[in-house]
Amino acid sequence: MKEKFSTITSTCVPLPMENVDTDQIIPARFLKATSREGFGDNLFRDWRYDKAGNPRPDFVLNNPAYSGCILVAGKNFGSGSSREHAAWAIHDYGFRVVISSFFADIHKQNELNCFVLPVTVSEEFLAELFASIAADNRTEVRVDLPSQTVTNLATGRTEKFDINPYKKQCLSEGLDDVEYLLSRRSDTEAWESSRK
Amino acid sequence: MPKTLFDKIWDAHVVNHIPDGPDQLYIDRHYCHEVTSPQAFEGLRKRGLKIFRPERTFCSPDHNIPTIGQDKPISDPVSRHQVDTLRQNAADFGVTYFGIGHPKNGIIHVIGPENGLTLPGATIVCGDSHTSTHGAVGAVAFGIGTSEVEMVLASQCIIQNKPKTMRINVEGRLRPGVTAKDIALYIIARMSTGGATGYFVEYAGEAIRNLSMEERLTVCNLSIEMGARGGMIAPDETTFEYVKGKEYAPKGEEWDKAVAYWRTLPSDPGASFDREVTFQAEDIDPRITFGTNPGMGIGIDETVPTPPADDEQGRISFRKALEYMGFKSGEKLIGKKVDYVFLGSCTNGRIEDFRAFASVVKGRKKHPGVTAWLVPGSWNVDRQIREEGIDKILEEAGFELRQPGCSACLAMNDDKIPSGKLAISTSNRNFEGRQGPGARTILAGPLTAAAAAVTGEITDPRTV
Repeated sequence: MKEKFSTITSTCVPLPMENVDTDQIIPARFLKATSREGFGDNLFRDWRYDKAGNPRPDFVLNNPAYSGCILVAGKNFGSGSSREHAAWAIHDYGFRVVISSFFADIHKQNELNCFVLPVTVSEEFLAELFASIAADNRTEVRVDLPSQTVTNLATGRTEKFDINPYKKQCLSEGLDDVEYLLSRRSDTEAWESSRK
Repeated sequence: MPKTLFDKIWDAHVVNHIPDGPDQLYIDRHYCHEVTSPQAFEGLRKRGLKIFRPERTFCSPDHNIPTIGQDKPISDPVSRHQVDTLRQNAADFGVTYFGIGHPKNGIIHVIGPENGLTLPGATIVCGDSHTSTHGAVGAVAFGIGTSEVEMVLASQCIIQNKPKTMRINVEGRLRPGVTAKDIALYIIARMSTGGATGYFVEYAGEAIRNLSMEERLTVCNLSIEMGARGGMIAPDETTFEYVKGKEYAPKGEEWDKAVAYWRTLPSDPGASFDREVTFQAEDIDPRITFGTNPGMGIGIDETVPTPPADDEQGRISFRKALEYMGFKSGEKLIGKKVDYVFLGSCTNGRIEDFRAFASVVKGRKKHPGVTAWLVPGSWNVDRQIREEGIDKILEEAGFELRQPGCSACLAMNDDKIPSGKLAISTSNRNFEGRQGPGARTILAGPLTAAAAAVTGEITDPRTV
């Protein structure tokens, strides 16, 4: 799952709904696996398939008009359960970027830890992007991590997005937090001794 | 400079501050359940690592376990494999494991406090968003993802941005028939489901101080349902009385030293919060939800609201929620037929919740149209129920107790509400499909759940 992240230009998959919780991203009954792989098949399972397991034609992932590695979602994306399986499912399905005007904390951190980039944009940017995609499903967005900019290529609108320098470095260089923490173990031991 | 309760505990656990970045935070207590930990243990194996501080991690399977016939193997092979994996991981890596049938087994957020593993002043994490529960004793407790579980196992630390602080005051006195669950559902509805995202919340004010420890656990448990990273309540005499004598709590001289420290933790006068909100306890009625997130709630006698006028995506989501629930704007929910009642979960699966439920159903009979699942949060709660004779009251009213676990809260075991059925649930989430595909969930407190169980319909518990 670890990969280096730089600049991505892609068409988008729009999900213009608010408060998409992680139970919708991956329902609890699919959390029983003990590996990280294969969750993409059940991404948005109950919105994507009916009870008999047939694709629901009205759900965006089943609409061939929309594809790409950027998911665009309404505000408060990823609320609820801390299940990292939601981020694994998003990654496993093939998304590398999620754009929203607001992310739930735990899910946002999980995406970052799974090398999916959460890009927080203004309400105006998001509304315009949904409109661009509605007008033309081939609308592309460019996400540039080095300059921390996101651009709607249909309108040219560009915004800066926030990411802390530490996580930016992790994503740019394909590093994870465990490696960092292992390198700081002597600090942890010193801290433990000073506490006693 | 005056400091908040949160800042005191957080700052005392910072091992390193990464310039312009997050903190490396030391974790005192780490809880594991079977769902969010296997990939973290697997990560350790791949890296060839041991657990850095195995004495600080405690494991209990809870999500997958059946609530009847726990003496038999779990029938679902995938669930069984996940529980077996936790047992094997605990054995391989040398951490404490309270397995199925163990007297200390139960929902991880119920057993932590009741065994004195959850202590004031501590940093506590678990791969579970309801870890906020433990903040009730005055701890910094929050849910994490599996990559972070691996961090804690590998290093006893976590990389974390320090959240902003919010104080939510609930002033005045609660009216009769209003429970801690109703306080929390009221706050969440007022704040909205994402209204506290980015914040760590301290609950304060007269109504909060007057709560018992178990009621405080319920309030803090639901903090995540408004997006808060965690919730906490300053430790006081109620806290110390609760913690004292618990198995893992400090004893003797250590206890005195600990209490002296814990007394220094409450927010200093004049400490500033990034946000402060105040509610009045007397404004709170028994609460129910009408939609598909915990922020979509109303007083039990109120009508279902209309969709937001000025927000298109919000309107789409609101309409989708009402369509799923089968409710209409403007209608009251009192009197709607209820199919299922669930008492339990890390929100309302403690002894006080069973006492509250029993107080309503005592001398009455379960409505024949209702299927009721009463699931203690732990074996310890089950023992208390039997010692107090609550099991007899329930039995006479036509209810039976099941065995401890997360159960119908998220339906990872067999306790699934069938599609289309309406459930009054004391759990924490009414998301689409949360209690089973197509299940329709109304969140409520234990009194409201009990009232529905005997009348067969949504009922104001104050009228029963």
